[in-house]
Amino acid sequence: MHYTAQDIQDVKRKAIDIRADILQMIPNGKVGHLGGSCSAADFTAALYFKHMKVFDDPKNPARDRCIFSKGHAVLAQYACFVELGYVDRSELPKVKTINGILQGHPDMDLTPGIEAVTGSLGQGLSVALGMALGLKLDKSDSRVFAVLGDGEISEGQIWEAAMAATVYKADNLCAILDHNGVQATDVTEKVFPIHNIQEKWRAFGWHVIEIDGHNIEQILAALDEAKATKGQPTLIYANTVKGKGFAFAEGKAKYHNAAMTEEEYQQALQAIEQARKEVG
Amino acid sequence: MEKKNCRNAYGQALVDLGKKYDNVVALEADLGKSTMSYMFGDAYPERYFQVGIAEQNMASMAAGLALTGKVAFVNSFAVFSSGRAYDQIRSSICIPNLNVRICGSSAGLSDYGDGKTHQSVDDIAIMRVLPHMTVLSPVDAVETEKMVAALGELKGPAYIRINRNDLPVYTDPDAEYHIGKISTIREGKDVVVFGSGVMVSQAMAAAEELEKEGISVRVVNISTIKPLDVAALKACCEGVKGVVTAEEHNIYGGLGSAVCEALSDSRLPIKMVGLQDTFGRSAENYQLLLEKYHLMPADVAAAVKAVLGA
Repeated sequence: MHYTAQDIQDVKRKAIDIRADILQMIPNGKVGHLGGSCSAADFTAALYFKHMKVFDDPKNPARDRCIFSKGHAVLAQYACFVELGYVDRSELPKVKTINGILQGHPDMDLTPGIEAVTGSLGQGLSVALGMALGLKLDKSDSRVFAVLGDGEISEGQIWEAAMAATVYKADNLCAILDHNGVQATDVTEKVFPIHNIQEKWRAFGWHVIEIDGHNIEQILAALDEAKATKGQPTLIYANTVKGKGFAFAEGKAKYHNAAMTEEEYQQALQAIEQARKEVG
Repeated sequence: MEKKNCRNAYGQALVDLGKKYDNVVALEADLGKSTMSYMFGDAYPERYFQVGIAEQNMASMAAGLALTGKVAFVNSFAVFSSGRAYDQIRSSICIPNLNVRICGSSAGLSDYGDGKTHQSVDDIAIMRVLPHMTVLSPVDAVETEKMVAALGELKGPAYIRINRNDLPVYTDPDAEYHIGKISTIREGKDVVVFGSGVMVSQAMAAAEELEKEGISVRVVNISTIKPLDVAALKACCEGVKGVVTAEEHNIYGGLGSAVCEALSDSRLPIKMVGLQDTFGRSAENYQLLLEKYHLMPADVAAAVKAVLGA
């Protein structure tokens, strides 16, 4: 599919909106999963605002589905739901509060747009696969996306699902690996270094596409390639930066789940302003 | 007394349910010829998902299928379908209250040859503690059929515990069945025995023997362990001098615990017959295990006498 400069700019703007909304959710002093939400922000924007079939009704059966298996990064999805009108903007500051509908991890009962319960890592790909097979039974052409963390793929269940997805030729399933190289306690290379990840997925029978996970053109092209790939599921291996967009947080394990200082928060707001100027 | 096999009944009932409802699907993890879910696969291959020996993936896949409007039956031995996939059941299935049915086959000690790893003494406890979960333990093959039929309509997740062996049939094939109801199998006035699964037949044998000694025992089949019909359970206790629970499960966390919770404001003495905080073991046959772990009619009878202070 051909994308105009305007298409690309639209997605870039949405990605900035997502990051700006995340700042509303976790202002200075409030702990939240900044790092993994921001590494996922660009492909999440591309999914919800360009690639996926999305409707005014978040339950429209014809929709494509997106499950964040790395559920802690759900702030990126919440931002999309606000931009899509599923969730009122006034909910953003109420994330993780007693009267809010935006939970610390995805909760499909409370939050319109959430497709499954995730947060206990390693389960979302299996749920997405079950969904993909259910949609095939219904002769639906809807697609299912599962966002995985690079730390998350140490969970054995991921590989159970990876095997089953090729056995069932789930070509309506696309996993996006948010390869940001940092997990809760430290960089992945120090915590639990898993190498040859792409070779592993290929060996399991997946079509693998490596991209710069912050390059909108590459993201959209990969999503189209995944859609055109028949007879096997696709893994998009997205090289990303944890905390992308906020210099003080980039690549730092601390911002996996932390509160910004007042100074950092001001820097973050300035970064949003700067990004808006650059994208136009 | 006529005996019938519960897992055969389960497999056939699943086929019947699949005929009635297009949205019924089944998953299995290389034990379909033991759980009898293979019968569903033979009838509806497109709705049957063999996932290999991967129970965790199976449970979460069932959640995904349920999220597209399916009623998904997950099949394995009780130890694996409940225990191996516990967090998947908790997180993927129970939190969102999905229409997934977990079949715990070869439950209790009924897989007598395979030993501790394959015998479930804890499945009711871990399934019962999950919010939203319905926990079923049919007394016989006929009740198994009725339960599976009812699981086509139930909202939310359910666990159904299936014995591997032939069990005496107490359920009237023509009687109406509803999940959540308890049923009195035998009337009596001195002591009430609340049993589930194979222990109902052990309690019935005990009651017959005790009758010869002048002790009148009411036997109640509790096949829906959760949600427990507390009002009906309390009504069954009216006029009796004591309560006995009988289960093929650890005395901690199972039917006995559920009854004690329900009767916590009662002054009736209660004794629990069940596994005394132990795992099982291998044996040549099922009977030897029921004897070894004190799950025989004589054990139920002794508990009845104990609550009577005899």
